[in-house]
Amino acid sequence: MSNIEFEGTKQQMSELKKCIKAHKGEKGALMPVLHEAQNIYGYLPSEVQTVIADELNIPLAEVYGVATFYSQFSLQPKGKHKISICLGTACYVKGSDKVLEAVEHELRIRCGECTPDKKFSIESCRCVGACGLAPVMIIDGEVYGKLSPADVKGILDKYMQD
Amino acid sequence: MINLKINGIAVSVPEGSTILQAAKLANIRIPTLCYLKDVQCVGSCRMCLVEATGARGLVAACVYPVSEGMEVRTNTPRVRKSRKTTLELILSTHKKKCLSCVRSMNCELQKLALEYNAEEDKFGTDHDIKPIDDLSASVVRDNSKCIMCTRCVAACEHQTIGAIGPKNRGYAKTIGSPYDVSLAFTPCVNCGQCVVACPVGALYEKSAVADVWGAIVDPTKHVVFFTAPSVRATLGEAFGLPVGTNVEGKMVSAIKQLGDVKCFNMDTTADLTIMEEANELLDRLKNGGKTPMFTSCCPGWIKFAEHYYPELLPNLSTCKSPQEMFSALLKTYYCEKNGIKPEDLYVVSVIPCTAKKFEVTREELGNYTDAALTTRELAKMIKEAGIDFVNISDDVYDSPFGEASGAGAIFGATGGVMEAALRTAAYTLGGSGAPIEFTEVRGTQGVKEATYTVGGATVSVAVASGLGNARRVIEAIKSGEKNYTFVEIMACPGGCINGGGQPYVHDEVRNNIDLKTVRAQALYDYDAQDSMRCSHENPAVTMLYSEFLGEPNSHKAHKLLHTTYSKRDKY
Repeated sequence: MSNIEFEGTKQQMSELKKCIKAHKGEKGALMPVLHEAQNIYGYLPSEVQTVIADELNIPLAEVYGVATFYSQFSLQPKGKHKISICLGTACYVKGSDKVLEAVEHELRIRCGECTPDKKFSIESCRCVGACGLAPVMIIDGEVYGKLSPADVKGILDKYMQD
Repeated sequence: MINLKINGIAVSVPEGSTILQAAKLANIRIPTLCYLKDVQCVGSCRMCLVEATGARGLVAACVYPVSEGMEVRTNTPRVRKSRKTTLELILSTHKKKCLSCVRSMNCELQKLALEYNAEEDKFGTDHDIKPIDDLSASVVRDNSKCIMCTRCVAACEHQTIGAIGPKNRGYAKTIGSPYDVSLAFTPCVNCGQCVVACPVGALYEKSAVADVWGAIVDPTKHVVFFTAPSVRATLGEAFGLPVGTNVEGKMVSAIKQLGDVKCFNMDTTADLTIMEEANELLDRLKNGGKTPMFTSCCPGWIKFAEHYYPELLPNLSTCKSPQEMFSALLKTYYCEKNGIKPEDLYVVSVIPCTAKKFEVTREELGNYTDAALTTRELAKMIKEAGIDFVNISDDVYDSPFGEASGAGAIFGATGGVMEAALRTAAYTLGGSGAPIEFTEVRGTQGVKEATYTVGGATVSVAVASGLGNARRVIEAIKSGEKNYTFVEIMACPGGCINGGGQPYVHDEVRNNIDLKTVRAQALYDYDAQDSMRCSHENPAVTMLYSEFLGEPNSHKAHKLLHTTYSKRDKY
């Protein structure tokens, strides 16, 4: 479960309910509803999953099962700054796992999580097509290449400021 | 009809049959794990793989349809090797603590591993020790033993609860309730259908065996057992006796050999329930109370109503279950009469049910029951005590709660509570000569309906077993499509004889005989041979009213034998 407090707005909830209403009764309604819910909230908080279960009249275990099966769904919110570290083959052999570890240590969260102040979130990805720059980390679309774990702190400090 | 050959044997089966069904007709055994008749048929475990002409690879017999001229081979080296490898892969992530496992000697995986000479460490042993969830009062889950067959998930879905499901993916996949929240905090109704569906030791009841042994050897405790109606019809299975054998005499004898204990018959308070419930119904009809009235004997159904249909709670009979009525009377009437302090009396109920374990923890019921043992736990104690159950001679229940009516005995099967109530209602309204048998409410179909004229009044009744069926009946009532006077609901399909605390039965047996029907027959035979067939004839019940309770629904009866219900959240 996410350690971040749920801060959904009334407007988000009405959008969610509208979307559920549009799909209710359809076979396989859960997938499009989960997609839409993630678009609305940025992730799938437990509060949203229980609403989906109640409104679609299906068990929460089913909603949770699907949400945790597909890696595209996230149960953790995304931070203001989204950090993505490539664990593709080229980056991995160049030590991107050590870079990821350094980021995790610096932010005190694990890969897939978000900091309590919602400033940073970390995720891993598979090959961004910049193998020449391995190991690669991307923050908010900006690519940092040829990294060593020692570089991490300096880079993150820039984003700490805002 | 489709004609095919299995291992050279010609078989004709209806179109749409699976290879597994056809093989059964040819008396050829195909091993299964994830398949469970009436519960799950998904072809995911790959144990039942066979060679079939026209198919590209090996096919799963439980789901693969037969076709004209098909030739199937079930025991080629390729098939045997595949099954062996499948088992070895399952074993590589299975916690193989077989010696102390609740399912040892009764485990479907163990049996297949032996048959196929599977090596337990062929692919190493790389399972993580996963946390055991034992917070529920009824069901314990040890996922280190789970083989992901999802039979428990299917059983829970059948009950229309869905408290558990698969979570995550690949190596991280586990089965359980969402968000790693304990089963105790989900809408689980504790029916235990997941437990009896599990082929291995990943699910079992929260055991009270150690507590009961402790009380038996404690010189300050007076220990009394009482056994639920259906236990006599199933306990024998745990000792290799055929399904449907009535072992009442041996059971009573064995319980008395466990130590210095008394053994009573819970059918007595089943009879008492009828007296209270029938009077409550007549009162509701006369004074414009809420109808239809629903039975309240089944703790799985009660929790289901509290979670899913709180608006119906005023329609539930206020009668406590027979277990809780019995314990309340033992801790009051029995203690007074025998000069025992209630705190020195240790009350053990033997029940076919895991939900009753939760029921004993409900504070509003007064916590009169000290321990609830499932049929399986009683069997375990009998084995541990070294009692030769099969050859033991019969004994009879202790007085004063030994004699009971056949109506009390059929409480253990779907429709039994209804029939027992109808017998007494017919007598109350119509006098002697009233009918005894109400066969329309018998049988294992999920929903039964009947309309009777009892003493000039028309009574329309419905009986549902299995919570999916219960939901259908309730929705029909809510929509106004159906109108009943009295509705009986039991959470387990077929009623208590198929309860979550009954002996484990291998898939091979379950897939081939209808346990519900055969076990229920033992109770109906018992009733048919009983000289006393109506609850109101039970002398123990008459004695309880004259010596202690006064009359049905008296103030004292209300205080001890009735209860209230409250809405529960789902999450």
